[in-house]
Amino acid sequence: MNYHWNWRIFFEPAPNGIGTYLDMLLSGLVLTIETALCAWIIALVFGSVVGVLRTLPSKTASWVGFAYVEFFRNMPLLVQLFIWFFVLPELLPPSWGLWMKQMPYAPFYTAAIGIGLFMSARVAEQTRAGINSLPRGQRLAATALGLTTAQAYAYVLLPMALRIIMPPLTSEFLSTIKNTSVAITIGLIELTGEARAMQEFSFQVFEAFTAATVLYLLVNIVVVTAMRFFERAIAIPGYITGK
Amino acid sequence: MKCLRTIGLALAATLSAGQVNAEELTGTLKKVKETGTITIGYRDSSIPFSYLDDNQKPIGFAIDICYRIVDAVKQELKLDTLAIEFNPVTSSTRIPLLANGTIDLECGSTTNNADRLKQVAFTNTHFLTATRFVSKKSSNLTSIDDLKGKSVVSTSGTTNIKQLTEANAARNLGINIIPAKEHAESFLMVETDRAVAVVLDDILLASFVAGSKDPDAYVMSKDAFSKPEPYGIMLRKDDPAFKKVADRATAALYTSGEGLRLYDKWFMQKIAPKGLNLNAPISPELRREFAVPSDSPDPDSYKAM
Amino acid sequence: MFANFDFDVIRRSLAYLFVDGMTFTLTLTGLSALGGLIFGTMIALMRLSGLPLLGRIAALYVDLMRSLPLVLVIFWFYFLVPYIGQWLTGSSRPIRVGAFASSLITFVLFEAAYFAEIMRAGIQSISKGQPAAAQALGLTYGQTMRYIVLPQAFRNMVPVLLTQTIVLFQDTSLVYVLSIPDFLGAASKVAQRDGRLVEMYLFAAAVYFVISCAASFGVRQLQSRIAVMR
Repeated sequence: MNYHWNWRIFFEPAPNGIGTYLDMLLSGLVLTIETALCAWIIALVFGSVVGVLRTLPSKTASWVGFAYVEFFRNMPLLVQLFIWFFVLPELLPPSWGLWMKQMPYAPFYTAAIGIGLFMSARVAEQTRAGINSLPRGQRLAATALGLTTAQAYAYVLLPMALRIIMPPLTSEFLSTIKNTSVAITIGLIELTGEARAMQEFSFQVFEAFTAATVLYLLVNIVVVTAMRFFERAIAIPGYITGK
Repeated sequence: MKCLRTIGLALAATLSAGQVNAEELTGTLKKVKETGTITIGYRDSSIPFSYLDDNQKPIGFAIDICYRIVDAVKQELKLDTLAIEFNPVTSSTRIPLLANGTIDLECGSTTNNADRLKQVAFTNTHFLTATRFVSKKSSNLTSIDDLKGKSVVSTSGTTNIKQLTEANAARNLGINIIPAKEHAESFLMVETDRAVAVVLDDILLASFVAGSKDPDAYVMSKDAFSKPEPYGIMLRKDDPAFKKVADRATAALYTSGEGLRLYDKWFMQKIAPKGLNLNAPISPELRREFAVPSDSPDPDSYKAM
Repeated sequence: MFANFDFDVIRRSLAYLFVDGMTFTLTLTGLSALGGLIFGTMIALMRLSGLPLLGRIAALYVDLMRSLPLVLVIFWFYFLVPYIGQWLTGSSRPIRVGAFASSLITFVLFEAAYFAEIMRAGIQSISKGQPAAAQALGLTYGQTMRYIVLPQAFRNMVPVLLTQTIVLFQDTSLVYVLSIPDFLGAASKVAQRDGRLVEMYLFAAAVYFVISCAASFGVRQLQSRIAVMR
């Protein structure tokens, strides 16, 4: 096996002059977390709105929600990112397209929005499942009390539904973090991208990828533990909100 | 009579014993003999060194050179047939794929330098090129310092992106470096105005500009990021027997005048698929290299005749 | 808006896209789903076997594969498999593994973790009475699994398994990062060679959309039919 190991590579200076290879990887990790958080916020906002749409009594709203979810679920994430990054600027009027292409941090915004919308379809499905899992009596009681649909959702249905879907939402958040790696194809140099760059500059393939693997595992553990505390904090006593 | 026969047999025995020792194959030669195939790594879009023609077949200057090496290997191992397999590589996968045995020869536009010699070996140099950048004439960029604060693209895994990164840090230019997967993608970024300049080897840049939809819109910088550096066919490290065969084949090719003919075919005449003629006459340094082949990674060792 | 687009480039490259690209994608999807299902079922059984060591190893494997991005796993296996081959077969040099074989191994091992979770849920959803009755009838563990539990578990989970296969179909597009020629890779090559990004990417998106939509629709039909049978 003619591969020679060099675990001290992490402390050697990287050619981008900013620090060591370890600094390179850590800056990638920071970018991964930033992108994942932005994408997640977008996903939660859009996803819960669409999920609610799908459970509304109105047929048009239900259909709009269905079309939205199907659109984002049936295309691979990579293809969606390409459409946002490569195709959209060409379809807009030339000056807008040029502004989009020359925007600093274009890959970051594209990745955050693209991944956010992709995940929003899944959040929508989870929200719908959560709302539908509530006993029918809840909605009926809310109507009987004179609450409008909006109030019923805001005060009765959504608080319970969101708590119920916490565990699947945690795994969706972890999915979001993993999906940020797809953005290396549009030039976002996050953790996987930095590991690849490190491999290309230093030729130490396995050291670079082992470090990236360890960092992803760490992020996973942190997120899972944090969510567990959060779930416990917002749990309603007497309800089995999905353990 | 019987005496003569025993002497004859003894002679045959000693001679054949010598023969057996000579056939103790190692490394790539052993692998090729055992499997009956040799795998060539080719590039998608390193025109005219190694690229795909309209039928998705790999062709190019470096590919032709590699065919000669394969012929030499076939002769050396005394094989009747030697199957050639082609495996696509990119700038960033070529070294790992060579090291892990997926390819045996990398025939493309790989720069031979001291850093890479720690991981792989190179055979005799087949081209010399410096790192420059190409931009649209309308951007008005002439020197490297003009790139300050702009978005510049290069291909990942190349010496070009490494030199760009180092120049960026050393001269404090604050360039936003965009890495692309392949050379064609890098050039496309400038074509579609996502980046203002693309940094690659000057010969590759020349071929992309010549083959683009509007060649007059582009200009190549006079400024170079490096001295002209040598391209070599890559081989695995610590494999002296195979390197000897490759060195011998390439040296024979270059010194015999066939090398100049091949150069002419790819750089001074129309090439597939669009019938482009690069019109790049051979530099005096390269002419000397063909006369006296060398596999040195040091750019300074390549002087004119 | 679509004035200067050349949709003819799609027609010219149809053969290359579908014969080379789509066959690669579909073959990879099919074989990976099969391999992943078999391997995943084995892992699920390991986890439910009741033996602490086996269970721990299986759980660790599933957790590891589910925490890593697929892109990273693709990189790992592309560079690592020849060395593993060398270590496994004790040969003197790394085994040459082509792009397809390497992708297949990657996807089988990666998807196995997801299929394992699905099969585990399926096996656990079988009422305890079934294996108990099997034991009462004198069947061994192997026979119980093979004739009683797994067929039922599989039948119950078919819609979920098929949905996961559709996800796998979409995930195969990620081999793009290594310039491996699947459908998206082929479309991308044509796009970059001819400078027609918009046309090719829109076409690729449409093809993926149509195939996934049709498949999901098929799964929903299947689901409603199976539901009645239960």
